[in-house]
Amino acid sequence: MAEKRDLMTKSRLIDEMSVKNRLIEYFTQWEVLLSIIIVLVFIFFTTRTPYFLDWFNLMNATFQFSEKAIMALPMIFIIMCGDIDISIASIIALCAYVVGNAAQGGASIPSLIFLALLVGTLAGLFNGVMITALEMPAIAVTLATQSLFRGIAIGLLGDQARTDFPENFGFFGQQFIPGTIIPFEFVLYLVLVLLFAFILHKTTYGRRLYAIGNSAEAARFSGIKVKTMRVINFTVTGFFCGLTSILLASRILSVRSNIATGWDLEIITLVVLGGVAITGGKGSVYGVFIGSMLVGYLKFGMGLLKFSGTLMTIVIGLLLIIAVLLPRLLDMYKANRKLRLQQLG
Amino acid sequence: MPDLSFSSFVKKALARREAALTLLLVVLLVPISIRSPQFLSAKNISTILNDMAILSIVAIGEFYVILANGIDLSVGSIIAFTGMATGMINEANPTVSPLLLLLAGMGIGMVMGLFNGVLVAYGKIPPIITTLGTVNIYRGLTFLLSGGTWVTAHEMSKTYIDFPRNTFLGVSNLLWIAILVIAVFYYFSRYTRTGREVYAIGGNPTAAKFVGVNENRVRVVVFLISGTLCGLAGALWTARYASAVNEMATGFEMQAVAACVLGGVNFAGGSGGIIGVVIGTLFLGVVTNALPVIYLSVFWQTFVQGLIILIALTLNTISDQRKTKKLLAQRRG
Repeated sequence: MAEKRDLMTKSRLIDEMSVKNRLIEYFTQWEVLLSIIIVLVFIFFTTRTPYFLDWFNLMNATFQFSEKAIMALPMIFIIMCGDIDISIASIIALCAYVVGNAAQGGASIPSLIFLALLVGTLAGLFNGVMITALEMPAIAVTLATQSLFRGIAIGLLGDQARTDFPENFGFFGQQFIPGTIIPFEFVLYLVLVLLFAFILHKTTYGRRLYAIGNSAEAARFSGIKVKTMRVINFTVTGFFCGLTSILLASRILSVRSNIATGWDLEIITLVVLGGVAITGGKGSVYGVFIGSMLVGYLKFGMGLLKFSGTLMTIVIGLLLIIAVLLPRLLDMYKANRKLRLQQLG
Repeated sequence: MPDLSFSSFVKKALARREAALTLLLVVLLVPISIRSPQFLSAKNISTILNDMAILSIVAIGEFYVILANGIDLSVGSIIAFTGMATGMINEANPTVSPLLLLLAGMGIGMVMGLFNGVLVAYGKIPPIITTLGTVNIYRGLTFLLSGGTWVTAHEMSKTYIDFPRNTFLGVSNLLWIAILVIAVFYYFSRYTRTGREVYAIGGNPTAAKFVGVNENRVRVVVFLISGTLCGLAGALWTARYASAVNEMATGFEMQAVAACVLGGVNFAGGSGGIIGVVIGTLFLGVVTNALPVIYLSVFWQTFVQGLIILIALTLNTISDQRKTKKLLAQRRG
């Protein structure tokens, strides 16, 4: 009799736990946590300054982060496979140099775009081939090409700047969708978010990326062309470096050899903050989207409140560490719960 | 029956990374010195060595982190913070001896390295992420510390500024310190228990744990070494360049990693040596200094550095793959 009652309380206990459990399970997902954080950040800044929650300001702020956010998308694929690319800022600089130079020579806008995309794609392909053909770690190769690609731009450009651009070239990085207050760059970013989300979450290619990240060996044995896919990832990233160089050059209408310096680490920060595991195999486009918006609007809001850029640097560094530490602590907490429940059951 | 012929001796010597790199360095020096005889003058050589002294100190710290399968991207920021701190201490107390300032730099750097190490070892955050975070945090702290201002030459004491330049037995103090660091860590790597444990953890963490190596301790130690050496480098940097600027040593991590790669340190961990790292540093120094000699504008320096690292990497990888194949063939008998 006592035994039966004991069993009943136990089962009721487990039932209650499971509702609570499901809630905990839901709210400890990184994407959900990020969404809550961004809402809190918006509430905080709205109560602090009347200029924050203003459509025009919110849209204008996207100019400051759209380019980096775009670069974070192809970077998801690279990091998903356990690779890394720290040469992207240098590829952007190289492409921007080519664009600036061709523009000075009088090239038309379509040919500028073509050139940027071509140079970027080739640079990315070079990275990918070096990494897979020689089986070298991505960080070592892209460390070298970081100097190599930017070195070309510095060598050819020296301390000069290129500032002659065709009329209307400023559209890509400065203008709004006609009749609205939405910047062209931001719309392009949103379209790309949908595209990358579709590829990663709805296609075979996307599922294979997860497989490679979890175990490249197992993926290879199950017939996935691991090396080819890794080369494609780097090439696609190079292509988007070309695209970004157009947006950037168009926005600031001046190309110097130090353009986009330090972007590598900032973009990797966006991806990792968005919940993509640096070891690969885990993460989502949605997370990176929210992460990018969080960093962008955090910077914007802190700027409005006249916080120094320094403080933002520290906050973003801390966010990155917390972003990795917190899920780990949550996992440990979950594992402990499971263990306790098992002992109960 | 061991092969004692001269050719096999040469082959064996060349198979050693350090020897091959030295040979390459000599081969490189021949055309440069023909083109410009004063390149090998005592004065120019001492310039190159002094230019490379700080990098060699930092590269040794980076070497231990890479050896244990990690990477330390925060070295530039630690140099900046400690350099700024020692500069400001010197500004406030001009009478403090330079040696004390070096110790202060090392102490501060040690704490920063410890923070990295604890996050990596106990927080289980991959080194690249940890230091990607701290590179921002430490650089930001540098700005907070200085309030955005600089410490300039006339705000610093003469004894501090002169310290790296002063000579002892004809060699500058800066170079003596680098030599001392190299000697200490050569000994540490080869003859101490902890030094060997770093190799063990980098080579095969699982096996190392089974034979009783405390993995977490080793991971903290390597970041501690890196941080402390960066602190030393920061204090020397401020004195040598007679100013402490917030942006100092930005991107220095890449040069430190490059010196390690050139020196044959494997990113997979567990292989490489101090001598290789020192030669790798020298190699970078000679190439950088030689550019004007071959009438190449300094603007091409970055490109040449990247090219050299890429070639070194490729050679490293090919020789490693050959070794593995040879071992496999031997095993098959």
